[in-house]
Amino acid sequence: MAQIPNEELLKRISEKFDQQVTVVGEPYGLLTVETGREQIIDLLTFLKTDPALKFIFLTDITGVHYPEQEKPIGVIYHLHSLTTNTRIRIKVFLADGDVHIPTATVLWDGANWMERETYDLFGVLFDGHPDLRRILNVDDMTAFPMRKEFPLEDPNRVDKKDYFFGR
Amino acid sequence: MQNHPVYTDNDPQSELSTLNLGPTHPATHGVFQNVLQLDGERIVSGVSTIGYIHRAFEKIAEHRPFYQITPLTDRLNYCSSPINNMGWHMTVEKLLGIQTPKRVDYLRVIIMELARISDHIICNGVLGVDTGAFTGFLYMMEHRESIYEIYEEICGSRLTTNIGRIGGFERNFNTIAFAKLRAFLKNFPVTLKEFESLFNRNRIFVDRTKDVAAVTAETALSYSWTGPLLRAAGVDYDVRAMNPYSSYEDFDFEVPVGTNGDVYSRFLVRNEEMWQSLRIIEQALVKLEKEPTDIFHADVPEFYLPPKEEVYNNMEALIYHFKIVMGEIPTPNTEVYHSVEGANGELGFYLVNDGGRSPYRLHFRRPSFINYQMYAPMSRGMLLSDAIINMSSLNVIAGELDA
Repeated sequence: MAQIPNEELLKRISEKFDQQVTVVGEPYGLLTVETGREQIIDLLTFLKTDPALKFIFLTDITGVHYPEQEKPIGVIYHLHSLTTNTRIRIKVFLADGDVHIPTATVLWDGANWMERETYDLFGVLFDGHPDLRRILNVDDMTAFPMRKEFPLEDPNRVDKKDYFFGR
Repeated sequence: MQNHPVYTDNDPQSELSTLNLGPTHPATHGVFQNVLQLDGERIVSGVSTIGYIHRAFEKIAEHRPFYQITPLTDRLNYCSSPINNMGWHMTVEKLLGIQTPKRVDYLRVIIMELARISDHIICNGVLGVDTGAFTGFLYMMEHRESIYEIYEEICGSRLTTNIGRIGGFERNFNTIAFAKLRAFLKNFPVTLKEFESLFNRNRIFVDRTKDVAAVTAETALSYSWTGPLLRAAGVDYDVRAMNPYSSYEDFDFEVPVGTNGDVYSRFLVRNEEMWQSLRIIEQALVKLEKEPTDIFHADVPEFYLPPKEEVYNNMEALIYHFKIVMGEIPTPNTEVYHSVEGANGELGFYLVNDGGRSPYRLHFRRPSFINYQMYAPMSRGMLLSDAIINMSSLNVIAGELDA
């Protein structure tokens, strides 16, 4: 089957979810939509089970941190429809201090470790996850290292400041 | 350790023994810990712990310009590092909108297929070792060595190659490299044929691998498996065929698909993939003859890191070299996902860029990480010796697992 055009895909999503899903853009042809955590499982279920879309393959779950935003922690899902060879990216943003989102393990077993990794690196709490604990870092670590407030470089170091390079 | 399941049955007759398979164990080919509960030789339950060589590549990448991320990608799947390199550079090219010349695409295809062959050589050879046959491993190893010699001729290093640049290669392939490549294409099929006749119908090997760790297509898809593992389970998904990159659409090749999803069909799928890779390389060499021989990178001086000789002798090259290394050249403020078919499956790069000198966020979708999570659940009810074979057929590379 041929690839579903982004307009048609979007039409189908907005028929079902109307105002709850907003389009962020389509960078390099990959449709990117944003939704809230209340709808995320409904949206994923719809995308996975709809007979015309069939986004049966969960490519990836990961996070992004934008400290200056009102809702700084983003959870990014990449789905792939193997029958139509269409991809979609879904973003959910969470407020700091309320980083709860329902787990996608109810739909895909493979979401288990992806969500553990996102928890480990960003501190996103996936509600209903069967085994939410750190995966790459040690268990007694207190920080979530991929957040921007944990710099890699020594913050006291001055010789790498952009100022010295005219930036 | 408090999260590990504790066996609570107090009956001494049915007492289970706990076995720490790993973190370092000769049969695990890397740093993997699996705490297994054994009833005799049968695995009752298991828990995988990973992260022993976690090096925080994603965090380091946020502090480095694009070029300095190349050595990080090398160390993901170090058995086929050029694929990781090329995947990363293609992601950056997609981000910057760089169109590479056809000759670069074909050279990349050659290098990536060589890398795939070398990875499969290791995997299938080691699978033989784990079933007790050292000969096949020894025969195949010689040819991995000749692949490394081809790399050496092109870029000077063997394992972690740093072979790619944004827009192409650091230097052109010399005639010795092509001669070695042709010698490899002549010699390797002979060995591969011998290897297949040694194993494919070997009674011991087939008995040890057939119907071991069989996975259905539904389970494999649910666990987001990709690569030879998914194809062995019967799903015809190959990134090269479905989303062609680097002019894979110009080549005529088949995607081998298994039926059983067991260790034996993974072995067969990998073997068949090596034949297909050889076929692709042969075609690429024919196509290369029609291309001008002196092109090995796209004409993008503001992004292509010039070779050192030019930096020393050419003012423009020196300026661009400085600007690239210092991250002075503006990049678009957007995000991109690009995936290539790594030796283990879909190797994806999710790059969020904010126009700065380094990525705002870089995420590697590492096939080994995603494939390995099923290891403990699928080991349940398996014999310990089968679990060992299962692990070598998954071909999990510790560097890619942990990133």
